[in-house]
Amino acid sequence: MKYIDEFRSGKAAGRLKEEIAAAAAGRPMTFMEVCGTHTMSIARNGIREMLPAGMRLISGPGCPVCVTPNGTIDHAVALARHPGIIIATFGDMVKVPGSTSSLGQERAAGRSVRVVASTLDALELARNNPEMQVVFIGVGFETTAPTIAASIITAEQENLNNYSVLSAHKVVPPAMELLCRGRVAIDGFLCPGHVSAVIGSSPYRPIAEEHGIACVIGGFEGLDILQSIAMLARQVAGGDSRVEIQYRRVVRPEGNPAAVALMEKVFRPVDSVWRGIGMITASGLVMRDAYRRYDAAVRFPVTVEETKEAAGCICGSVLQGISDPRECPLFGDGCLPETPVGPCMVSSEGACAAAFRYRVSRRADIGQMHDA
Amino acid sequence: MMHENITLAHGGGGRLSRQLTEELFLPILGNRYLLQLNDSAVVEPGEGAAAFTTDAFVVDPVFFPGGDIGRLAVCGTVNDLAVMGALPRYLSAAFILEEGYPLADLRRIVRSMKDTADEAEVTIVTGDTKVVPRGAADSIFITTAGIGYMNPGMPVSAGRAHPGDAVIISGPVGRHGMAIMTSREGLGFSSTIESDVAPLNRLTAAMLEVTGDIHVMRDATRGGLATVLNEIASQAACDIILEERSVPVTEAVRGACELLGFDPLYVANEGVLVACAAADAAGALLEAMRGQTYGTEAVIAGRVGNSGSGRVVLETEMGSRRVLDMLSGEQLPRIC
Repeated sequence: MKYIDEFRSGKAAGRLKEEIAAAAAGRPMTFMEVCGTHTMSIARNGIREMLPAGMRLISGPGCPVCVTPNGTIDHAVALARHPGIIIATFGDMVKVPGSTSSLGQERAAGRSVRVVASTLDALELARNNPEMQVVFIGVGFETTAPTIAASIITAEQENLNNYSVLSAHKVVPPAMELLCRGRVAIDGFLCPGHVSAVIGSSPYRPIAEEHGIACVIGGFEGLDILQSIAMLARQVAGGDSRVEIQYRRVVRPEGNPAAVALMEKVFRPVDSVWRGIGMITASGLVMRDAYRRYDAAVRFPVTVEETKEAAGCICGSVLQGISDPRECPLFGDGCLPETPVGPCMVSSEGACAAAFRYRVSRRADIGQMHDA
Repeated sequence: MMHENITLAHGGGGRLSRQLTEELFLPILGNRYLLQLNDSAVVEPGEGAAAFTTDAFVVDPVFFPGGDIGRLAVCGTVNDLAVMGALPRYLSAAFILEEGYPLADLRRIVRSMKDTADEAEVTIVTGDTKVVPRGAADSIFITTAGIGYMNPGMPVSAGRAHPGDAVIISGPVGRHGMAIMTSREGLGFSSTIESDVAPLNRLTAAMLEVTGDIHVMRDATRGGLATVLNEIASQAACDIILEERSVPVTEAVRGACELLGFDPLYVANEGVLVACAAADAAGALLEAMRGQTYGTEAVIAGRVGNSGSGRVVLETEMGSRRVLDMLSGEQLPRIC
């Protein structure tokens, strides 16, 4: 597959590495990647070790599974226990621990929890099980929200009355704006490529123009990321922050207006709780009144257990870039991909999972890898 | 007259059980050991010590591009013996069938086992069949066990990897896992990826013939190449450096992995082995491997270092280096 190889060429990577070093000229810079897919690609391609001394990449709240609070998992668990309900969910959510249970544990106990690859599968599940109620656990950012909006419109058109969504969707820009005012001094954001394909580049403008933080919308291959970092370093060095698009083969400045229109037709913004960060104004999506009958939270009034947080887990601080996963006392010890305590280890795109899988094989190596 | 589907009576030990044996298993597999129809098969001793292994197979789907559960059940056990440096000779096969399983499919699977056993020059000498009620098992599960004889004076074990050894991979990785993934319902891939499932005992015999300097052989099954290399590195307390650009991956596997979010280094193989051998023997070894049906694409893709760290380090295509960890988290269910 030539198309892939071109984005991983060692020669081109070497040139970009030099460009980054030249642009930074020894000045310390901290960049945050906001998307979980970036986190994984950075780790998988060993990007950190190609950067000059003083340049730091930190992971942000860009994995939807990770920022979903315990309360939402508990709500999904309560729905799974409700007679007559089939839970349809993306695979990553199954293992995420809630306060006292998880969808995986509920499935093991005999409740109906089905993993689907898309909302099309969830709709099919509803069509094939007319005597049951199918509830889709809607977790995701602007990338998935339009597809879920489309499924609700399809259900309406087909008069499919046994399909509903527990909407835990979040939108990215408000969280990024909050991080601009947070504890970590960020020089630049590697903005999420897929989210931006939907929303375009304008939602990041306040971050660049009012907060003076460089923004580059980047692709996901190794060279995409190196080139994005070079663009960020040049912006910071030049003292000129703006929104640039590196991922031009996919992202247009205006985004995907049809997808945005679909999302806006079905959802409206609402204040929403992010794990570890707390309530962020207008950062969630809830169904508009015209579609409320497809809101599982409205359709099935269930009692949700009291929220408990796992002791010792620092996912909240990892999600804000304050802590490195390896600073967590549980990392690689009590918290492993097989037996995760926090969501950043569960999700295949979580910062802890990335750090565990691609950087360090044993805790004893940490010091050495840090220094390297 | 046989029924068209397996019934509980086929596993009951009575008339239908006997009919299944006489009309299906014996005509296909029949050999002088099996035809003894005793409670145990009595087989000949070998020159070296006996190597003995067993493996269970629950792959879903049962028929997949490039193979089926029958071929897999024979190859899995043959390969476990072969990579120990043993010469595989005898296999057992136990079948757990779900009530209602089509006899035509069972026949196809048993034929495939026979063809694969013939290819590997092993004999299925004993077997058993049980039937469980519908829903108590999913279609068909097979367990095989195998006996092979060691070639005296050819010690091969993971703990013997030695600094300076070349790391050899016998063929493109990730084909079995991606064949299963892409053939499962709903993915609708236009190009088929064929599983690499194959018996490797001729390949290993040819390798052992050409040099006595093979220190390790392992088949890279569940957890893929990365996991096997980690096991070797940790057992031998050495480090292994793998060059990403030298690891053979077919375009179809690479594309499917990109699309589905898998790393081919972690995807299961059923006909690929990894060997560590003295660097000065590697050239001749590679040549011998490339002369074999299942070794034509063999390459040197890394080396054993001398740091003693027990780690595998990947030199990425981009020119960076990172730790290549064992497979952690979820594996693909029912891949073999």
